[in-house]
Amino acid sequence: MVALAPSLGTILDVRRRAAWREPSALPGFRGAFAFTLVYAGLIILLPLAALVARPWEHSPADLVHGILQPRTLAALRLSFVAALAAAVVNTAAGLVIAWVLNRYDFPGRRVVDALVDLPFALPTAVAGIALATLYGPNGWIGSLLAPLGVKVAFTPLGVFVALLAVGLPFVVRAVQPVLEDLDTALEEAAQTLGANTLQTFARVILPALSPALLTGFSLAFARGAGEYGSVIFIAGNMPGVSEIGPLVIVTRLEAYDYAGAAAVGLTMLAISLAVLIATNWAQVRLARRGAP
Amino acid sequence: MASGLSRREVLATSGAMALVASGVASAEPNVTLLNVSYDPTREFHKAFDVLFAADWRKRTGQILTINQSYDGSGKQARAVVDGLQADVVTLGLAYDIDSIAQRGLIAPNWQSRLPSNSSPYTSTIVFLVRAGNPKGIHDWLDLVKPGVGVITPNPNTSGGARWSYLAALGFATRHNGGDETRALGFVRGLYHNVPVLDTGARGSTNTFVQRGLGDVLLGWENEAMLAIDEVGPGKFEIIRPKLSILAEPPVSVVDKVVDKRGTRAVSEAYLKFLYTVAAQELAVKHHFRPRNRTVAARYASTFPALDLITIERFGGWKVAQAKHFADGGTFDKIYQPS
Repeated sequence: MVALAPSLGTILDVRRRAAWREPSALPGFRGAFAFTLVYAGLIILLPLAALVARPWEHSPADLVHGILQPRTLAALRLSFVAALAAAVVNTAAGLVIAWVLNRYDFPGRRVVDALVDLPFALPTAVAGIALATLYGPNGWIGSLLAPLGVKVAFTPLGVFVALLAVGLPFVVRAVQPVLEDLDTALEEAAQTLGANTLQTFARVILPALSPALLTGFSLAFARGAGEYGSVIFIAGNMPGVSEIGPLVIVTRLEAYDYAGAAAVGLTMLAISLAVLIATNWAQVRLARRGAP
Repeated sequence: MASGLSRREVLATSGAMALVASGVASAEPNVTLLNVSYDPTREFHKAFDVLFAADWRKRTGQILTINQSYDGSGKQARAVVDGLQADVVTLGLAYDIDSIAQRGLIAPNWQSRLPSNSSPYTSTIVFLVRAGNPKGIHDWLDLVKPGVGVITPNPNTSGGARWSYLAALGFATRHNGGDETRALGFVRGLYHNVPVLDTGARGSTNTFVQRGLGDVLLGWENEAMLAIDEVGPGKFEIIRPKLSILAEPPVSVVDKVVDKRGTRAVSEAYLKFLYTVAAQELAVKHHFRPRNRTVAARYASTFPALDLITIERFGGWKVAQAKHFADGGTFDKIYQPS
């Protein structure tokens, strides 16, 4: 699902590629273009096609009925709502972190910078077990929260916390390069012209960063909605309460219900795709308006 | 699942490397076998394979390499259906082998080809409680008391959990004189005391042992005994209910694969060897209940006799699966507002 975002961006971002063939300093357009088509087809489209063009053992009505089961609906809702909430929080947090890493020099900056990537590098199951240990009733954080009556591990809140960890690097890494390219002279000019800090941020910095922020948001969201490995250990997996969408897919597979599993998978894919298209559309609009 | 990690690792157990190194050449061609198994048998099979490879070499002169693949029982069955070239499967419940047979890879009569329902060792469902049994849990009825936290995996995703579910249902059916509605009411009460549903048996063991969640772990006897081995006695104790279920992890050769690879003889010998006294002793060492009467008698104190119902009580796995664990089955209904 992650890989869809850049490709969609490429499709929708026609503005700068109006010409069929962009002149480039390097030769070899034909070869590179053919490679792009074959590779993207093999890695992205073929598995997707296999998911759709499979022997559907049930009637369409049965499949729809399977998706409309309260247990399935609750799981899909949890996956998408938690992913949305985590992506929103990560977009704000990621902006602050990227800002600090980019605009300030402090001892250990490189260490913090490397730390941001850790959720990428860590096997998701390891992250999930670590979080469950931390937030479990006898864990460091869990034991502090327990007297306050706050339960994180094995509740829907745990899903949100796991997705926070999973999604952060997407936002930071999307915003950082744009921030690096952003000329500080723009901010200085704005302030010279009488803008206060808030105005500078809202009118100068944010518009320039918003396409990158949206990219980070949609990547974090899409990844979060489909996340299984890190969530499964902290969710509690109670049907109708803390059960996530991908677990419903696994559950169907365990019952050898391949068609039912594929139907839920396609539903999740369709929702994620809709969100990605919407954010890409917004991104194009923002880029057009925000372009200095 | 050890720490719940999803993995399929392949281990080779054989004396072949050592023999090659010492320059012993064999006139017989070397043979390889792939045993696709489920997680809890890992340690047992590692030891068993060495035993069998030595025996096979003595009998035939062939140097046998046995490759092992481990994961959850259902996942392994799907891998074989999808084309994993397993010579033999040794899984957690007959339903999974039935599913492979249904797709024509294994003969339909597989379960009657070997003694004792093709299950060379068995286990049952027991309770693991914290030291001193602070909540006073002695039998099934104690699991539905208010304030008792029960840890058990999700029957949708764990074969072991299906055995647990049916054991609870079997007890409740007998307790209520055969009244199924009241029996299911008991099971509903039990699952309402479950705060976390892990996806596999090992995950639940971790939740109970490492995270300290719950008062009683409901699951495999072999897992419970292993947990005590691992953390040392004095922290947990096993409570055996008066009535439980006879869990039969079955084995079979995969006919399509062994006929194609020409490994039928060695594969069948491998499975038959599971019934020898030496293998049964090994099974005991890894906390499985032996089928062999003599061996069973020797370890009667390790594995106390329980009143064990069988899967036939529920009409066999196919019926039980459809009625209880399929979409809209009795397990699903527990979590729907009544």
